[in-house]
Amino acid sequence: MNKVLLGLLLGALLGAIDGGSAWFTPAVRAQLAGIIFGSTIKGLIAGVAAGIFARKVNSVPLGILFGLAVGFVLAYIVAYMQHGYYLEIILPGSIVGMIVGYATQRYGAAATPATR
Amino acid sequence: MKFLSDSALERLREGAEAPDLGGTRYRLLERIARGGMGVVYAAEDENLQRRVALKVLDVPGSDGDLANRLIREARVLAALEHPGIVPVHDVGTLADGRVFYTMKFVEGRRLDKYIESVISIPDRLRLFLRICDAVAFAHARGVLHRDLKPANVMVGPFGEVLVMDWGLAKILRPADSDASRVADPEATIFEKPNQPATSGDVTQISAVTGHGTVMGTPGYMSPEQARGDVEHLDARSDIYSLGALLRFLLTGKPEGTTAPDKSLAAICAKSTATSPAERYPSVQEMALDISRYLDGLAVGAHRESVFEKVGRFYRRYRFFILLIAAYLAMRVLILLFMHR
Repeated sequence: MNKVLLGLLLGALLGAIDGGSAWFTPAVRAQLAGIIFGSTIKGLIAGVAAGIFARKVNSVPLGILFGLAVGFVLAYIVAYMQHGYYLEIILPGSIVGMIVGYATQRYGAAATPATR
Repeated sequence: MKFLSDSALERLREGAEAPDLGGTRYRLLERIARGGMGVVYAAEDENLQRRVALKVLDVPGSDGDLANRLIREARVLAALEHPGIVPVHDVGTLADGRVFYTMKFVEGRRLDKYIESVISIPDRLRLFLRICDAVAFAHARGVLHRDLKPANVMVGPFGEVLVMDWGLAKILRPADSDASRVADPEATIFEKPNQPATSGDVTQISAVTGHGTVMGTPGYMSPEQARGDVEHLDARSDIYSLGALLRFLLTGKPEGTTAPDKSLAAICAKSTATSPAERYPSVQEMALDISRYLDGLAVGAHRESVFEKVGRFYRRYRFFILLIAAYLAMRVLILLFMHR
């Protein structure tokens, strides 16, 4: 699977699971659908960014750092818009970014040149 | 009366044995090694100003069986142009009547010495795969090595692997191999009577091996080769030797030991099965199993239990699994923190 597609799928999946974990917080359970949707989009963006980065830079440590940074920034934006739950949103969001960053570097296939 | 010392006698003997390179473009430098049928010297090619290894027969004459074998070895090597097989530069007869050929001077260490500095099993396996490449190439050209062992593999200073000493090589397909096209079958027919294998390093040589002739190295030669069943030797005989060589790389001994990992032990066992039918059918298939092991995949030689599958899956995706575990642990901690 190519790096961008792997990042996209894994980011979306982990984002959805991450959003779904809001079910354990009764105070926000009513907004669960919106949280899952938003978290999926966030994971998807982080995954695509990590996939594109993995195409340009072939380094597992840099991939993890990049994923961490993107996950952190996106999660921070979401938390800022929520006016709260900074730790609960930023920490998992950053780790999801790390996982996607690692996976795209380690398991994503390099693009093959087109043949005529 | 004063007697000569042993070392002085040895020097005199070496001096008398030294080949006469007059009339050739080579200048003798030093003796490197002695083989079953001749001596290998380091020499300088004065035209190209480079070092070469010069293999020369012990005895003069270019029409004997040993001379034919040396010429045949040079021609077989010349037909096997591969980065893992030592290239031949020249073949001829010296002024003193001895047949010689020159080949690349390999500055490296024998595999059995080199391997002492390679601790990692995957690195040893990658080295082994390069030996498999060279042997598979020779098999594709219809040539069996028949004496694969650590002493016949050199590792160069940049990690290049060279399979050496094709003096016992057998041409499998006289009709269509490149190697056989250059060799003159009429000139190399020579038969020896049945002889049992000895416990020495190399037992016996002959130009074209007759049925019943035993040659090779105990511990590395296949059972059919040890029986002198020359007519029925095929690629699986070399696969046996490769299996013994693999076991040596993993345990330090070619037989009687078990590799530290079940999959590797199964690969060794399959390669060195007594019956050729139970071995890998080709070197490529053996190399494929090694590659699969290196990639963390199941090998064809070993049926895994569920626990072994889980263990292998964990080893293959260890970091990824740890990341997911860290994420889940962090999630649990956050929940506990919030519900405190």
